[in-house]
Amino acid sequence: MTESWRKYATICLSAACALALVLLILSLQLGSPSTAIQYTLDSMAYGSLYALMALGLSLLFGVMGLINFAYGELIMAGAYTMFFTRSWGWLGMILITILIVTILSLLTELVAFRPLRNASPVTLLVASFAVSYALQEFAWTDGLGLAHQFDATIGTGPQKGVEPYPWLTNQFDVSGVLVSKLEIVTMIVTIAVVVGMTVLLKRTMLGIQLRASTEDFRMTQLTGVKANRVISAAFAITGVIAGIVAVLYVFRNNAVAPDMGQGPLFVAFVGGAIGGLGSLTGAALGGFVLGMIINILGATLSIQYKSHTQLFAFLLVIGILVFVPDGLIAFRGSAVARLWAKFRKPAVEGTTP
Amino acid sequence: MLSLTDVSVHYGRVPAVQQLSLEVSEGEFVGLVGHNGAGKSTTLWTITGVLKPSSGTITFLGKSIAGVSPDTILAQGIALVPENRRIFSRLSVGENLRIGTAARKDRKQADTDVKKMCERFAALGRYFDRKGSTLSGGEQQQLAIARALLARPRLLLLDEPTLGLAPLIVDQVFELLQELHEEGVTILLVEQNAARTIEVADRTYVMRSGGRIAFHGTADELAKIGDFETAYIGMGSG
Repeated sequence: MTESWRKYATICLSAACALALVLLILSLQLGSPSTAIQYTLDSMAYGSLYALMALGLSLLFGVMGLINFAYGELIMAGAYTMFFTRSWGWLGMILITILIVTILSLLTELVAFRPLRNASPVTLLVASFAVSYALQEFAWTDGLGLAHQFDATIGTGPQKGVEPYPWLTNQFDVSGVLVSKLEIVTMIVTIAVVVGMTVLLKRTMLGIQLRASTEDFRMTQLTGVKANRVISAAFAITGVIAGIVAVLYVFRNNAVAPDMGQGPLFVAFVGGAIGGLGSLTGAALGGFVLGMIINILGATLSIQYKSHTQLFAFLLVIGILVFVPDGLIAFRGSAVARLWAKFRKPAVEGTTP
Repeated sequence: MLSLTDVSVHYGRVPAVQQLSLEVSEGEFVGLVGHNGAGKSTTLWTITGVLKPSSGTITFLGKSIAGVSPDTILAQGIALVPENRRIFSRLSVGENLRIGTAARKDRKQADTDVKKMCERFAALGRYFDRKGSTLSGGEQQQLAIARALLARPRLLLLDEPTLGLAPLIVDQVFELLQELHEEGVTILLVEQNAARTIEVADRTYVMRSGGRIAFHGTADELAKIGDFETAYIGMGSG
């Protein structure tokens, strides 16, 4: 068994143990295993969406050290694209949304970040704030009034919505557990994106370049890697992920508004911090854990505390950060190392006569 | 091959290198020695495009490369083995080697060259799948040199490759550099270890504080300069 397979096996085993523990706690709390399975499944779908959100933000942080506050507005732009193309059929709408958000992500890099390539992280942060607010304000003005010319049927004001797709969101019964196709799709898409990103990062030259850039950008350039190409690739991947998040988010919530990106951005940021923003696996793990915590607390808190779910969730987040300041991924690494060391056979010494 | 004429480099208003002129001919092994802070590394960062000279000209194979981006300079044939190795510690040894071929278009030949490099440096082949951080200092230095060589440079720049290594490993590094030179690789070596550098290099430039060249010449020529030691340690600068 190679080192990487051993690592994946340990991650899967740890995840299975964590889920079993969650199920056990919920069963005891709720008094019914089927209700516990129901909440676990809902939380996993919720956590998967959060994991995707954190993944998109983490990639740029890893490559450029940039916390891209405009990430939320990419999701918002995707949601508006869905609104304006809602009559194109679901497949056309999804494809054009991902395409538009990817192009927008590349444009923000070209216009706002490329000219600041050698600027300090603080300057980049301010630039990302500027892009974020500019895009949000553009949406508040209905695209400077252009939206009305594009689609005369839309009402006044920025609040819009995409009609739900009942075949996607309606729940069906599986042995007493209610589940929707959207929840299944969300989990499958998240797993596919995480696996796809892992393959891209581990098995391709672009992936090696991206990972090298996250560690030492200057040295990566000195090995002949074209910096602009790697950064553009990172923005393109971020755009694709933001597009996917927009699609899943709008299918789930239906509402479209100029400030709708703030929630996902916050989740991505906090989730990334819990898991370890510099690591893609860590960010995805952190997002997933955050989603699970919020949903499970929502399910298990008594009625008088239910409206304070976020308060308890973020107290837990503070607790996690106090014990694992570098993120869960750092804790996992050391825990795995310690566990593995126990099982390893001691080295045989003195075999040479 | 490489020519620097009256090159000055500043960090803000502070001069790091002043009116430096330096030549490296094809197939030559040139040393650049000087004590800490003299401006040796700044010179290499400027040649590789990381820093822009405030004045002067840098030409490589007859073309000006002053202010050109690092990846373009590598594509033109200059590779750097930086100070402290700077291998990618989270990448495997194999990935560190593969990234050395990033600028090459001949992918099949590049893969063959990676295998050959693992045969040449046995430790790299042995630990191919291990993370770079698990290698010893000497093995990391081998990896840094192999990574640079995989770009098939016409000129190899090395910045203090023996820094922090045990004396036995220092000997091995100098032997390796001599081997590479005998194979026809053009080398510009920056070192604090002046005695060993002067011994192995065809010519050596001696840099004094403030980034000025005090002397240059072959080992025999430098030996004839009476106040070489005085100039080298900086007391003679006036």
